[in-house]
Parts: sequence; structure tokens; C-alpha cells
Amino acid sequence: MTLTRAPEQAAQPRAGSSFYRWGLLLAVLALGLGAYLSLGVGVVHIPLSAMFSPNEDQWEIISRSRLPRMAAILLAGSSMAVAGLIMQRITQNRFVSPSTSGTTEAAIFGILLATLFVPGASLTTKMMIAIVTSIIGSVIFLQILQQMRHRDPLVVALLGIMYGSVISAITVAVGYRLDLVQLLDIWTTGSFASILSGQYEPLYIVLFALIAGFFFADRFTVVGMGRDVSTSLGVNYTFVLYTGLIVISIMSASVVVVVGAIPFLGLIVPNVVALMMGDHVRRVLPVTAVAGAGFVLICDIIGRWIIAPYEIPVATIAGVVGAGFFVWLIVRHGKGASA
Amino acid sequence: MIFLHAVSHAYGATTVLDGVDLSIPRGKLTALVGPNGAGKSTLLSAMARLLKPDTGQVMVGDLDVLSAKPAQLAKKLGVLKQLNQLSARLTVIDLVRFGRFPHCQGRLQAEDHRIVEQAMDYVDLQEFRDRFLDQLSGGQRQRALIAMVLAQDTEYILLDEPLNNLDMRHGVAMMQLLRQAADDLGRTIVVVLHDINFASAWADYLVGMRDGSVVAQGTPEQIVQREPLREIFGLDMQVVDVAGRKIGMYWHPELVGAEELSPVAVYG
Repeated sequence: MTLTRAPEQAAQPRAGSSFYRWGLLLAVLALGLGAYLSLGVGVVHIPLSAMFSPNEDQWEIISRSRLPRMAAILLAGSSMAVAGLIMQRITQNRFVSPSTSGTTEAAIFGILLATLFVPGASLTTKMMIAIVTSIIGSVIFLQILQQMRHRDPLVVALLGIMYGSVISAITVAVGYRLDLVQLLDIWTTGSFASILSGQYEPLYIVLFALIAGFFFADRFTVVGMGRDVSTSLGVNYTFVLYTGLIVISIMSASVVVVVGAIPFLGLIVPNVVALMMGDHVRRVLPVTAVAGAGFVLICDIIGRWIIAPYEIPVATIAGVVGAGFFVWLIVRHGKGASA
Repeated sequence: MIFLHAVSHAYGATTVLDGVDLSIPRGKLTALVGPNGAGKSTLLSAMARLLKPDTGQVMVGDLDVLSAKPAQLAKKLGVLKQLNQLSARLTVIDLVRFGRFPHCQGRLQAEDHRIVEQAMDYVDLQEFRDRFLDQLSGGQRQRALIAMVLAQDTEYILLDEPLNNLDMRHGVAMMQLLRQAADDLGRTIVVVLHDINFASAWADYLVGMRDGSVVAQGTPEQIVQREPLREIFGLDMQVVDVAGRKIGMYWHPELVGAEELSPVAVYG
């Protein structure tokens, strides 16, 4: 082999990668600005000028409600988008996401179990039970996938939606018998309206899941190239697959317990980012996290603004946007674009 | 050297490998040839630990494939199957960098970058380095994957039907590339090929399989002869000598020069 390119030259950052760094920095700044502005939106308007020197009442609202709400939005948005990214990579299917393949539904089923069998369970207890049930739910989905001969991505996605609906149906049936349907609404329809300090902190667990996701990023990319490529590169396919499922389940279940389900988030955001930047998980993960947080932030602000002083749950806004996007994605796939 | 002893495998009631004993020479380009269902791909998968055979032993160099650590084996043997199906949307350079994964776990050092660039030069894809794989032609994509396995820098490279989906020109270019990798870089390369004449023209060693067994093996001069070819393919063909290479004329019964063949006999 002859050497035609010096190693220094090769190791130099390319124009593309510095563009990427600046883009990411700008996105983070924009997100920060948006988050800051969101502090002012609500039943009690807090002018931007007061943000730096709030009076006592204003500070009470900011610290008890607005800041926790913002933190929850950022955590939930980034982790659900990243959960979708990881799921799409390890299943090699752009059309799956935690909320369209049973993971979220299994978490809600877990919350129902916790409500039934551990009366007065703390948020953390509910979260642990929900994590366990969503891991079980995801593993069953994976098993179904591996049994299937038919690997058309759309069929797999539809199967996931059906599977999720079956779990939901069981949950609702149990809830209906025990008069808990009203309560279930809290988790099936995600909303940040009731986030207050002292009631959302367990959500910070998703930070650990995000870090774990980043640590495994390259392995997720390799597994996304299939079992044979993974084996050739000495990556333990099954181990990485299940690690991914656990990370996804922790993220989804934590968000569902604290905020409720946010439909399509894990589907839209990773797909848009992948469309522009590809599937290199380590590179797209930070962008996906920022974009997911931004998407939820915007949906939440819209929900707070449209019928103020009332609120539309973030799940409704995300559902409207997401359903439209999902249809577009499928039509695009039907036209033969690479999926 | 790759060494297989008494390797058998069955999918349900169908035996696909039937007690295969085989030694594949080092530093050579070896082609596995045979009709569909002969067990070529299964044998390649068994060599590459993509498939655990029901019985038998597979040694790659001094490593027992069935018991070696995956990470250790990944530095010794690289394999590509289904060269045209990759659902991940990566750029060429990123894909090739993943070839270094067994060596650096994703944290590439200067030495890794050097090897990656060499592999990129070798397959002549530098101008497409920042393109996504789905923006490449089939031949370019196949070369990108070859570059990945070259960057893996393994002594043994196993390829399942690298000529699939390639037109004649790209097929020749691919064989030339593999030939060079064997000659210049001293790699031991094993390929599954369908076309006996590609194998004859480029490979050092041919392994002919039929019904899960190795029925003939040797140099192209030894294998591309009427009798062994009949044994392997169940097809009678005239063999001509063109510039010192043996070419089997199988495309039309009239080229065979044999009188009594009916189409049924040809494909039976």
C-alpha cells in the first residue's frame, strides 16, 4: 500500500465538521434563548425586564413552576428524541419509536400496576416499576420482530403500533373496571402543566440514560449496520441491542411517569436530523437531543399561548404535528426514497 | 491458513454442509464456486463465525473461531455479506473509519487515520469521501464496503458474492482490486463467486462445492476442466484455453460440443 496522504492532513478537521460544531453551538444558544423566553409565558405574565430582578411573587412563580417546567421540557424533549434515534438505529427501521412500538404503552401499564398494588407509591417507585414493564414490553416487541420473516420497515412499524394498541387496550380495560380511566389520562396525554418543584426531580435520571447512550453511540451505529457487520467488527450484537433497549426504556418510562406520553416526538426529530446529517449516532446524538428539546419547547409554548389563559397539552400539539409528519414520511418511503 | 474439519450444518431437515474438510491457503485469492444451494455461503459464514455449525472445527490461523474472543478475531478476520444492503446512512469516510473499530473502539488515532486514508486511496473513493452511501452507485458502494474491510487491516478477508449487482466492467474492477489486495498486501481472501470464468481468471485456488460437500479443489488449471466442472455444476461444458487461462463455455448448449444433452440434463 502506498501512502499518498499525510496523517496530519487526514486528522485535520474538515470544513464540514467545523460547520457542524458552529451549527450545534448556534442551536444550543437558540435553545437557551427559547428556554429563557419560555420562563415569561403563562397565566401570570412575567416581563423579560423583570427576569433578572424578580420581585418576591415573581420569583416564587419562577422557582416553583417555571424553572421546573423548563427543566422538564428540556429533559423530556431531548431524551425522547434520543430514545427514538437509538431505537431506529438498533432496529434498522426509521418508522419505529418508543411511542409507536409499545415501549410507552408498557410504561403506562406499569404505572397502572404500581397504582393498584403499591398504593401511595412515590414517583420514584412508580418510575422503577414503569421502567421494568417498558423493558419487558420492548423485549417482547424485539422478539416479535426477530420471529418475523417479513422485514418490510412499514409492516414492522404498523406491527409496532398494533402491539402498542393491544397493551393500551389491556391497560384501559383494567382501568375501566377499577374506575381509574380518568387517572390514566394523566399519563397517556403528556403535559407540563402540573410540573412543580418537588414533583419532577426523578426525571433527572434520564441524564444518566443520555450519557449511557452517548457512551454506546458508536456501538449503536455498528449494530445499525446489521448483525453480520457487527460480528465482523467484533461488536457483541445481542448485548448492544439489549443495552439500547434498556436505555430507551429508562428514558421513555421516566418521561411517561413525570410528564406523560408525547406522541411522535421520538419519530419526527431523529428522522429530520438523520435526513440532514445521516446515521452516525455519536455525531447526530447531540443535535437530536437539542432539536428534541427545542421541538417540545415550541410545542409547549404554542399550547400555553393559543387558548391562554388555558392550556392545550403538549401531547396534543405534538400529536397534530407528528401525525402529519408520519404520513409525509410514509409517502416519501412509498415514492422510493431511501428509508 | 483457514482450516475446517468435519464441518456439518443443517437447517431443519436440510443438510447444507456435510462433513466439510478443507484447507484454504494463506496469502492467496481463493474462490468458492458451485451451483445455488451448494453451501458456499454457509461455509463462508461458518469460517467467519457468522454461523455456528452443528459440528466440526474451524481454525483461522491459530485461532479457533468457535472459542476465540470476538474482539480478538475481529483483528484477524473481516467479512462482508450482502454487499449492497446497508440501511445505515453514513458517509463513505465514516463507514471506512468504522473498519478501525476493533483496533480503537471508535477513538481513532493518527495511525488509524493513516490506514483509513490508505484504504480510501486503494479503492479510489477519495473524491466521494463525504458522500452518503445512498448517493453512490452500486459499484462505488461496494468499493466503500471493501475499503471498510481493508481498513480493518485483517490478515483474512471473506466476501460473499462481491460481484452481485455489478455490471461486467465493475465486476472486473472488483476482482482486480481483490487480486491486488492479495498480491500487494498479502491478504488471504476468500470469495464466493457464481461465475466460474471470473473465478478461473482471477483466483489462485478454486473450491468447488455441490450439495454441501467439497467435490473438487485445486488451481484453476486443475479445476476448469470438463470432468471437475461436470461434477461441480452438473453442466457439461467445453473448456477453451485463452491466453493461458481456462474458460468454460457454458452459455448455450450448442457451445458445449456435447451431443446428447437436453436442457433438463443441463440443469439437473
